[in-house]
Amino acid sequence: MVNHFLFDIMPNYTEDDLAKDLEKKEYKFGFTTNIESDRAPKGLNEDIIRFISAKKNEPEWLLEYRLNAFKVWSEMTEPEWAHITYEKPDFQDITYYAAPKQTKKYESWDDVDPEMKETMAKLGISLEEQKRLTGVAVDFVMDSVSVATSFKEKLKELGIIFCSFSEAVQDYPELVREHMGTVVPTTDNFYAALNSAVFTDGSFCYIPKGVRCPMELSTYFRINEAGTGQFERTLVVADEGAYVSYLEGCTAPQRDEHQLHAAVVELIAKDNAEIKYSTVQNWYPGDEEGKGGVYNFVTKRGICGTNSKISWTQVETGSAITWKYPSCILKGDNSIGEFYSVAVTNNMQQADTGTKMIHLGKNTKSTIISKGISGGKSHNSYRGLVQIHKSAENARNFSQCDSLLMTDTSGAHTFPYIECKNSSAKIEHEATTSKIGEDQIFYCKQRGISEEKAIGLIVNGYCKEVLNQLPMEFAVEAQKLLSISLEGSVG
Amino acid sequence: MIKIQNLHASVEGKEILRGLDLEIKAGEIHAIMGPNGSGKSTLASVLAGREDYEITEGSVEFDGQDLLDMDTEERAREGLFLAFQYPVEIPGVSNINFLRTALNEKREYLGQEAMSAKDFMAMVREKSALVELDPKLASRSVNEGFSGGEKKRNEIFQMAMLEPKLAILDETDSGLDIDALRIVANGVNTLKSKDNATIVITHYQRLLDYIVPDYVHVLFDGKIVKTGPKELALELEEKGYDWIKEELAQ
Repeated sequence: MVNHFLFDIMPNYTEDDLAKDLEKKEYKFGFTTNIESDRAPKGLNEDIIRFISAKKNEPEWLLEYRLNAFKVWSEMTEPEWAHITYEKPDFQDITYYAAPKQTKKYESWDDVDPEMKETMAKLGISLEEQKRLTGVAVDFVMDSVSVATSFKEKLKELGIIFCSFSEAVQDYPELVREHMGTVVPTTDNFYAALNSAVFTDGSFCYIPKGVRCPMELSTYFRINEAGTGQFERTLVVADEGAYVSYLEGCTAPQRDEHQLHAAVVELIAKDNAEIKYSTVQNWYPGDEEGKGGVYNFVTKRGICGTNSKISWTQVETGSAITWKYPSCILKGDNSIGEFYSVAVTNNMQQADTGTKMIHLGKNTKSTIISKGISGGKSHNSYRGLVQIHKSAENARNFSQCDSLLMTDTSGAHTFPYIECKNSSAKIEHEATTSKIGEDQIFYCKQRGISEEKAIGLIVNGYCKEVLNQLPMEFAVEAQKLLSISLEGSVG
Repeated sequence: MIKIQNLHASVEGKEILRGLDLEIKAGEIHAIMGPNGSGKSTLASVLAGREDYEITEGSVEFDGQDLLDMDTEERAREGLFLAFQYPVEIPGVSNINFLRTALNEKREYLGQEAMSAKDFMAMVREKSALVELDPKLASRSVNEGFSGGEKKRNEIFQMAMLEPKLAILDETDSGLDIDALRIVANGVNTLKSKDNATIVITHYQRLLDYIVPDYVHVLFDGKIVKTGPKELALELEEKGYDWIKEELAQ
């Protein structure tokens, strides 16, 4: 790769107590909801894909799309370039379809299974509270089938479509067909191809021309069936001059076996449109030895038209493995791409995450702010590509990658790739590695603040630039999550 | 208020405090002076509970309790405050948020309700005026980008907010110009009451022109070797410490 440079920063900070207790941190959201489901037999072949497609009553073109993706995937091999080590999943040992047995969809919140409500309450994101306090419309996905969608009517008045992917396939097949796979083609990568073959549900969002979506659209995903991988598909389309802020949050119950997760998210911001996409991810990271935990291989990408903007904000605290590079193709002139990320790894967690900013249009601008926090024996890597094409006159990029080490057994790595084919480009890259300061902790404690709260304060302060990008109510949740993730990290 | 008896403390195996005795009553201001390396800052750190120091002998009673048995944050919540010689910067954490957390932790510990945002902000306005601290600094990150003088004033501002029983000012005068010194001293004097006490650790007599101590102690080689009235500070300023060393040698 051209201009490829890499630096590997090994930790030099020792704080034994911190290390010890970080390892003992237990997963807060480890619980399982027991809802009977009908599920496909384990394994993956054309028949399974036909089964999924039939289950979902899909049109012929979508079945063809899936079968074609399966063919492509069958000829691909799993990528090995990421700075992660893991036992490769046995793709024939996974159940590719599972759905709660209820066929009836809920019209009203009162109809929703009480157990499901309890699950949401444990997550601290009850719909009721969300409705009352924040006015967020929530599309709650539990095991591949959407069970509760709110605010739909209100959005409908504005012509905004916000529904599960399956519903969109039934109700708006042309919109889906027109955009699906245009940003992340089936052939893009191993996991994207797999997703394209077997995805069961996800979310679809369409904002019509000139419409500014008046509320944050939010989807909560949750993995719930033992041995079930979730393969969501999200498609967000902001038509010319439209605006939407989209939130996605995730947590999963405790598991003994690894769970594979391979989602595809496509964002399309047409001319003068803006999409703000925020994620908080807290999937089960595995135990102290790294047993269990979610494998998270996600392909997220957006494409910008002229004068449009896509902004990714992510707070990643979960998963045994995170392999995720939310990216922007800055195709239109004057378009803007942003990536704000906080990634926390603990115990044996591994994260290889970052972004790709592909500058094609003139005067395109991109900003990358990445904050990594590593505790335990975890490894946290930033991997980013800034690519300036010949056509991209006056392109600008600013990247800042900071790493915070909590222990001497954790690692922080930065792999920035820059490819520049236009001499008018301006590219800046800054990187720092620091350790959590004993002096800072002592200062807080001397003011009466407990060590745990002190670490929460310091870490949240460190991540402020990113947290500030989140919608307010989501930022509060993210701060809580950061504190939970680092809870018991001191002794 | 505080009673220190035969206190011995080491850092990395090296003994710094070697049998220090000191008793301070409510309403008093004590100055501790002494040459470089005599153990002044060590004393401040040990009382505040910094973990780098090992207490090998002695006892400290604070308001009737065993201070050495308490965690750093517990000592703070019980009313011990250290104004740092080198205040620490905490990027991204606003002064306000920091202080509100500190204040509410203390209130919770004392079984009091958390302070309302309105009352808290009123208190911030009142106390920041006391040390002529620009209210804008209150919403900036803790000490980040503060000048040396602003950092020290911020320490006294925090002290005013937390209303400690015992405040230890560790070389608060270092790096201050005369105006800042006056402001800081004015803050300390205003906060003085019959119920609290202050330990002023300093190199120079200058600060004691503004904060008038009831007693001046000379710390030398890890022990208090001389105690006198405020005039002792003037004598030290004039004659240095050699005469005390000579006295000790006899």
